[in-house]
Amino acid sequence: MGREKSIYNALVDIVGEDFVSNEPEDLYLYSRDGGTTKPRGVDYVVVPKTVEEVQQIVILANREKVPITPMGGGLTLNGLVIPVHGGIVIDMKRMDRIIEVNESSRYVVLEAGVSQGALLSYLRKNHPDLQHSMPEAPSIATVVGNILIRGHGSLSQCGDNSNMLNGMEIVLPTGEICQVGSCSASPHWFGKGPLPDLAGLFIGWFGTTGIVTKASLRLYPRPEKRDMVLFVTQNPDLIPELVYKLTQTRIADNIGMMEQEKPEYMKGYQFTGVIISGDSEEEMDYKRKVLDKIPQTCGDGENKVTLLGEIPPSSKERFLEEPPFAAVAADFRKGGGFQYCAIMMPIEKVPEAWRRGIEIAHNNGMLFQCANQVMSAGHEVMFGYNYSFNRADEEDAERARKAMQETNKLGLELGGIPWKADLQAQKEIVEKMDPNTRELMKKVKKLLDPNGIMNPGNWED
Amino acid sequence: MALKDYQDMVHRCFRCGYCKFTSDYSYVGFNCPIYNKFRLESYSPGGMMWLIYASLVKEEIKPSKHLSEILYSCTMCRNCSQECKFQFNEDIVNVLKAAREEMVDKQLMPPMVGQFLKNVYDYGNPYRELKENRDNWAENTEIKHYEKGDEFLYYVGCVGSYDTASQKAARALGSVLKKSGLSFGILGSREICDGNEVDMLGETGLFEFLKEENTRIFKEIGVKKIVTLSPHSYNALKNSYSNEFEVFHYTQLLRDLIKSNKLDLSGGFEAKVTYHDPCFLGRYNNEYDAPREILAAIPGVELIEMERTKENSFCCGGGCGNFYTDILGGGEDTPSRFRIREAHDTGANIIAVACPVCVMMLEDALKAEGLENELAIKDISEIVNEALL
Amino acid sequence: MDIYSSLANIVGEDFVSNQEEELYLYSRDSGAQLPRRADYVVAPKTVEEVQQIVKFANKEKIPITPMGGGLTLSGLAVPIKGGIVLDMKRMDRIIEVNEKSRYALLEAGVTQGALHSHLEKNYPHLEHSMPDAPPMATIVGNIVIQGHGHLSVSCGVNSQMVNGMEVVLPTGEVCKLGSSSISPYWFTRDPLPDLMGLFIGWLGTTGIITKISLQLLPKPKFRDLLTFTSGDVDLLPDFIFDITQLNLMDNLFVISQEWPPWAQGILYVPIVSAQDEEEFKLKIKLHKELLRKYEGKITLVEGKHAEKMRTARLPVPPVTLGVMAADAKQGGGFEYTGGIVPIEKVPEASTRSVEIAHKYGQPYLLGYQLLTGGHSMMCGLAYCLNRADGEDVEKVRKAIDETNKMILDVGGVLWKAEAPAQSLMVQRMDPNTVKLMKRVMKALDPNAIMNPGNWSD
Repeated sequence: MGREKSIYNALVDIVGEDFVSNEPEDLYLYSRDGGTTKPRGVDYVVVPKTVEEVQQIVILANREKVPITPMGGGLTLNGLVIPVHGGIVIDMKRMDRIIEVNESSRYVVLEAGVSQGALLSYLRKNHPDLQHSMPEAPSIATVVGNILIRGHGSLSQCGDNSNMLNGMEIVLPTGEICQVGSCSASPHWFGKGPLPDLAGLFIGWFGTTGIVTKASLRLYPRPEKRDMVLFVTQNPDLIPELVYKLTQTRIADNIGMMEQEKPEYMKGYQFTGVIISGDSEEEMDYKRKVLDKIPQTCGDGENKVTLLGEIPPSSKERFLEEPPFAAVAADFRKGGGFQYCAIMMPIEKVPEAWRRGIEIAHNNGMLFQCANQVMSAGHEVMFGYNYSFNRADEEDAERARKAMQETNKLGLELGGIPWKADLQAQKEIVEKMDPNTRELMKKVKKLLDPNGIMNPGNWED
Repeated sequence: MALKDYQDMVHRCFRCGYCKFTSDYSYVGFNCPIYNKFRLESYSPGGMMWLIYASLVKEEIKPSKHLSEILYSCTMCRNCSQECKFQFNEDIVNVLKAAREEMVDKQLMPPMVGQFLKNVYDYGNPYRELKENRDNWAENTEIKHYEKGDEFLYYVGCVGSYDTASQKAARALGSVLKKSGLSFGILGSREICDGNEVDMLGETGLFEFLKEENTRIFKEIGVKKIVTLSPHSYNALKNSYSNEFEVFHYTQLLRDLIKSNKLDLSGGFEAKVTYHDPCFLGRYNNEYDAPREILAAIPGVELIEMERTKENSFCCGGGCGNFYTDILGGGEDTPSRFRIREAHDTGANIIAVACPVCVMMLEDALKAEGLENELAIKDISEIVNEALL
Repeated sequence: MDIYSSLANIVGEDFVSNQEEELYLYSRDSGAQLPRRADYVVAPKTVEEVQQIVKFANKEKIPITPMGGGLTLSGLAVPIKGGIVLDMKRMDRIIEVNEKSRYALLEAGVTQGALHSHLEKNYPHLEHSMPDAPPMATIVGNIVIQGHGHLSVSCGVNSQMVNGMEVVLPTGEVCKLGSSSISPYWFTRDPLPDLMGLFIGWLGTTGIITKISLQLLPKPKFRDLLTFTSGDVDLLPDFIFDITQLNLMDNLFVISQEWPPWAQGILYVPIVSAQDEEEFKLKIKLHKELLRKYEGKITLVEGKHAEKMRTARLPVPPVTLGVMAADAKQGGGFEYTGGIVPIEKVPEASTRSVEIAHKYGQPYLLGYQLLTGGHSMMCGLAYCLNRADGEDVEKVRKAIDETNKMILDVGGVLWKAEAPAQSLMVQRMDPNTVKLMKRVMKALDPNAIMNPGNWSD
């Protein structure tokens, strides 16, 4: 029996025939994502149901020295779960149990395949007073995937989602199952500390250090009322001051900014949206009142911040919906390709990032479109440069790819860091990195994954 | 329309996955029956869109048997078209249908699909049953053949005509219509398949033939109004046939008869009932109220909705000929077994349905779940029939 | 050259000592742990000096114990296996404050008090989350032990507010973590492989932090507290759920003490703040309205007791009743078990710790602090001791040991646990997790020179 066949058979023995495939049609899909990343080969896809199955797959992969790439929703658009060196993709979405919700200590324990949509539904139904910080991503995105790429959500004022992690169960690259956080020493999954922080070993590593099979995520009060207040500026130089003033009030759930050149009437305006919430009209009123005063405190005679009095209910809904469906704009090119380049940056770098982003878009014959997010209580900005493209037109995809690369370079030049960086950007980050930090990173990878089977090719130089 | 007509659209799918959920996140889990069962990306609307693009438009990968298994696993329940947030949402099922046409052209259909189509071609039904036995179910009833001047043609469809469980519904509806005093008749052995599944399976030529043949018969005997037992027939006759016939699903007709006091339901029906929306009545034709209004009018019926209901209803897994080809069959995760468990969770003792395909699928699943003693499947026609004085 | 001279060569003679007087102090803290001998104490000024000390210690295989304020009360900076104590407090530069992206970059020896003053003076609109500890506690020390502060409920615990670090690894390399590893700005921990976890919660066994970037937060113009009292500890989980559901507090203390008598029962002390008066009044009102639901079972405390609470708990940092009570025996000693437990387990932990206190002839003295927006609770179960009375110290040690076990029994985890309590946790820990922990320690510190004896089983 050839090696390929024997690996296939071994996988069938582990998960059953229905949940493993090496057929070209199935592999086709796992070889690419919705972004501009060029397809890369996959040899097998497996869909395990239990942690023991994952463990056996990992042991098999070690024995056969086959790479493994764990996958959640597969929606990073940056090819993070498209294997670089082939091998097995483990689609985690069949591990979809929501195991426990603790109301008093506000957390949920769930398996790695649970989608954002499933958790949203579950909470609405069983714990309507609670919510999780829901990312602005399609609902099929997994909760764990979002944590591991350090994504943010509707409550990013409480920090990004990896900050809301209480603990995890992990299959190490060498096959051991272990728990991190309070659950490692207690039956309860209520906190990450006060123990040696092992969770960090698996956050931001893009699957190179192990496979997370369970996680405990913090939940938050769900207010009865939500609303959005919108500010408009015509000069990005005003943004850092506006954001500072807004965050100083401490009343926003979430703050986002955007600009788009189409439709024409929006061109040249920066929109800053503030989501507020409360349990009573009284509370909402005072929050609105506080925000009403903001324009007086920002800008000068020439450059002003304006409060947009009337927001069409439809656009309000678009942002207030949970999850928000701002991504509908992605189809404006009618091309089924959407890519954005997200750069984390200090807030004071936003004006320059804005201007130079417009240059990059125009130089590549594209329209400028950005959607940005203020992180935690005003500590950084995720600057999202959107590049829609036509998936059927390779030239167009190439243009988007080029714009992406230029944007990543710009981000790094400004002192920012690309978020969920693609391979090219990862390389640039690693090159720029403090050499001793780079060595430490390698040491950790080597320590955990001596055979280099875990999503290899990522975070390498 | 053929696949080439969708060439500018197929690649537009982002595979963002909204199509796998219910509209309002009222249900924890997936509402796409095939993804829910298979769990590989290929068995999902987005996966199919991408594979259709790769194999049939761009020809990056060769159309194969496995592609065909994937494409034919779908029951076309239309949840995806309903939930997709993009402008092209309506076209998702249309593209799949067009892709299946290509598979038929290339003779790559799964064997059971080929068999289904061949049987319909040869026998006018998928079961290889003789045409002359088509009205055996009506023996010893007062249901007569359609005669000129009858107000309604009662179109039964293949499943109601031949499947034992569904024949009960066919008889019950006949009996109800009789008691209402309406003038109607059936086609008997002249009835042939309406072609709804044939169309969905991509055999356009055969569908055209069935359409023409049925239309010819209807016209020949002077049919103006048609009432169908099956939502599948209703969908085909109403939306794909010429609009010279007025087509009703029987729940619509019964609802009107009840409203105009033509049916005396005071016999009542004491039961906790949950109602399963058939895809071809609900999502395809937006009829969610008629069956519920009927149930509400029956004394003793306590209607308890399932978690997934109306536009969020979960397909029984029988659509697109699956009731015969059984591509989704086997195991605990088949849609019909999921649905039975969901119905059981409501505490109801009756699952009311309004579709012979659903009756058949759910009956089988009920046995597989071993819940026959706690739950029973009944077509609404049967419930009405029992309640009539 | 002997060890002393080598160290003196690195930091200068003034900042190294092996004299009995210094060693006496560095061999103990004010908790109930028995003294453990330090051989040298060194107070470096620069990262290069720290680096040279580490390299030297590797060569000589001498243990190193880095020390901040030394105020854990559980002897975490008292060496278990002797060697060098590295007193970091001379590295006390506040290097940068970025106002727009709200962070402060500082050296590891900067104290809570120093940062507080610096911000008051230069950035009056900003503050940092200040722990309920003496101002001599260092920022870095507090982060490394995963401490919390006066903004924990609204903004999270302090280890969540780290944007970046500079670390001297146990093998002597200096490296930067977080955005600073690739950018001139210390603005984020995202979106890189998280290496900072390797140094948080490890109690100095994995490296020495020399710089840190800490998130700063908007400082409110109005601040006040409310005092509620309740006789029924079992109401606590529900009440905490309701009050956190409001989502309007900065912090919440829960206190229960045998002395003074008015502090018996359960006192809830939410801290509320706002930027303007109307907002402030509304918040106070909404909190008071909550009591309606509890119909006399939880009531508002007003008058002189409320005033007393205001004096003790409103300042940042608070003059804790704990500190005042710590002197109850006039014995200069104080120790507590910090148990972090799920909120629904607090009533059980409370009841049982009162029993333990009484068993050892101690008045109960419980001070709790809610962590993050209602996700767990730090239960401080405290015992005062008379340092001059060996028997008393022994009794408290036993009480602490019993309390530790009780916390673990109710499913809690011990915060900044002393070495024996660390072992209690390690023994209960998932064995694969323990193995992973050891692998990490071994990989980073092959010669096991970093605060050895901690996190062992």
